[in-house]
Amino acid sequence: MKRFLTASVAIGAILAGSPAFAQETIKIGILVALEGAFADGGKDGVRNVELALRQVNNMIAGKKVETVVAPTDTTPDTTIRQARKLIEQDKVDFIVGPLSGSEGIAMRDYAKTIPDKTVINGISGALETTWVDPAPNFFRFNLDGSQWGYGLGSYVVKEKGWKKIATVAADYSFGYTNFLGFAVDFCKSGGDIAERFWVPLGSSDFGGVIAALPDDVDAIYLGVGGTDAINFLNQYEQAGAETNLIGGTIMADQTVLTSKGRAKEALAGTPTSGPFANDNPDPAWQSYVKLYQDGFPENERFPSPSLFGLGYYTATLAAITALEQIGGDLSDGQKKFHEALSNLELDSPTGKIKLNENRQASGTVFVTEVVEGADGNLTSKMVAKVDNVTQTLGMTPDEFRAMGLPSRETPDCAKLRGG
Amino acid sequence: MGEFMQRHPAWSVVLTFLAAVLLWAIFAPWPDGLEEVFGKKRIFLNAVFSGVTLGGLYFLVASGFTLIFGLMRNVNLAHGSLYLIGGYLGFEFSEATGLWLISFVFVFIVVGLIGVVLQYVVFRRMEGEDLRQTLVTIGLSIVFADILLWIWGGQSYTILTPDWLSGPTRLPVISSIKSNGEVVYLSYPAVRIAILVAAIVIGVLMWLALNRTRIGMLIRAGVDDREMLAASGVRIQFVFVAVFAFGAGLAGIGGIVGGTFQSLSPGEDVRFLLASLVVVIVGGMGSIPGAALGALIVGLAEQLGSVYAPTYSVVFTFLIMALVLAFRPQGLLGGGR
Repeated sequence: MKRFLTASVAIGAILAGSPAFAQETIKIGILVALEGAFADGGKDGVRNVELALRQVNNMIAGKKVETVVAPTDTTPDTTIRQARKLIEQDKVDFIVGPLSGSEGIAMRDYAKTIPDKTVINGISGALETTWVDPAPNFFRFNLDGSQWGYGLGSYVVKEKGWKKIATVAADYSFGYTNFLGFAVDFCKSGGDIAERFWVPLGSSDFGGVIAALPDDVDAIYLGVGGTDAINFLNQYEQAGAETNLIGGTIMADQTVLTSKGRAKEALAGTPTSGPFANDNPDPAWQSYVKLYQDGFPENERFPSPSLFGLGYYTATLAAITALEQIGGDLSDGQKKFHEALSNLELDSPTGKIKLNENRQASGTVFVTEVVEGADGNLTSKMVAKVDNVTQTLGMTPDEFRAMGLPSRETPDCAKLRGG
Repeated sequence: MGEFMQRHPAWSVVLTFLAAVLLWAIFAPWPDGLEEVFGKKRIFLNAVFSGVTLGGLYFLVASGFTLIFGLMRNVNLAHGSLYLIGGYLGFEFSEATGLWLISFVFVFIVVGLIGVVLQYVVFRRMEGEDLRQTLVTIGLSIVFADILLWIWGGQSYTILTPDWLSGPTRLPVISSIKSNGEVVYLSYPAVRIAILVAAIVIGVLMWLALNRTRIGMLIRAGVDDREMLAASGVRIQFVFVAVFAFGAGLAGIGGIVGGTFQSLSPGEDVRFLLASLVVVIVGGMGSIPGAALGALIVGLAEQLGSVYAPTYSVVFTFLIMALVLAFRPQGLLGGGR
């Protein structure tokens, strides 16, 4: 204890005694979920911040970079507590994070109380974060949950010819939001949603819902994830149903595709969409994957970057690029930094990213299809991409607002098809 | 049955009427008016059957739990862990050998042995100390959960159904009658029917073993008065070990069943522990018929709820539990001790 005290007094003396020193470093707070369901993804986020900083040797505009990791458990109150610690005790210049949807909304509100600092979103994807009353110093360089669903709808109508579907999706905010992106595009392309089923998060027995699915539809949209998705597929196969499937963004991700057993086989041939495709031939993506794979030993990383890792990488990349442009000048309430971030045209691994007036990214959405790989495992294959998907999904902000926030009944399919 | 009718004539009439309505709803084709209000008969039938099979699974897990409690007064909060261990072992065994049926025997024996070790090494030392036992079982469940996570990792596992059980089968229950008079029968996953039949067979065998055999007599005597039984010269520790092993083995079998028609992953242990607790609280602590009734009610409530009132389906189970606790705290079929 005594040694600790001496040390902290000494550090305090150094910090207080040399204001010039403080200006020579840039301190980044990494706000990331390291407990709970997304712990593995969170670790990949931290790795990717390191990876991005390693590319510039931890120096931005001639200043040394320091990082502080603040772990959360995906609940909004822990997130705020940790963010406060980062700002008040660690005195970071800006925060990269958070990871999950409700954390993002909480951080939007917290950001308003620290106007001369900056928050760059990690990978949280709630639409409301940058759509409803956004904070002027909160920047999001990843697409939100509804954008991830965009492009899939027109693909299944035009390429697959599936016009009438039923949907089964998780009964919570991300389920609604991701479904909205799909449905807007699907309905506008002339598709029709016969029936919508909403299942509680964490359901394990879908027997009743599967029986209630109408049998005169071309396909079934599934917007559940993780263990729920595996249970559904397992029971869906046992019930002998053989309709085509369409996957939401979390339906056909690595958690489901790497699960053990036969359940996932029902997914073969299922189209899905999301903010990246593993086999994207774009050199920017390929070199990022190589960088990631070379950057860490094989047992300390995923086979290829995860969604979470990509989000944190892009956010850090944006911060580095913007800071280089303004020569690392964080004075005057970080005004120059905010401006540089707002006007940034970022060359990210998944293509060009630009922010709109709400400081929300517009970028590329990838449509992929689940296929059987060479070794018999399931993997996803890129089949289409849609560039420059905006927050309002190609509508004007007024049209988008008139449609209403994502919920069980929104969007109204017939209305979209007509207009 | 007769005794109950004599004591509660009004209730008997109500229950008989409800049972008749249910049977009619299952077997008779529905008139159009009813289909308009309740949706297709196929949906109702599927929800009922799913509820009953889910009840069968809950019964497998909860009957061991309630048996152990009834005899040893030991609330084994590590019961969910035994379920998950059984599931993982069943996955490994059936994956390695391809013998799904034999995996039940294998798992029953292995998890039963784990039960023997637990009872002999741990619980024997703290007999009669309820709080200490409960705390130790919580501790064990945490240790087991971490060991399982270490060995099998965080992904989900599903156990392969053998070919002769995969896909749907046709049941002799009329689902609907088409306009041309053709009768459509209900098709339903074969594996679920097998699970249901197995649960019923196990339940009946357990009832017979408890009520018609010598060892069953010993167990019933032990449930009623342990001290007297021990005093009359029975080596009660053997009975304890046997019952604990049997209960643990049943939980292990439940794990295979759960892994076959749902999936196995970290966290399932707690879910099934909770389900078992609710089942035995509803049915009555220590009663096998009570566990069967409780499992049936909870399974049906979950499934009918998820079809007809998806928003509130999570609440139903606990609502039932609260009602039972409020009006019949010893459980529906619990003894009045």
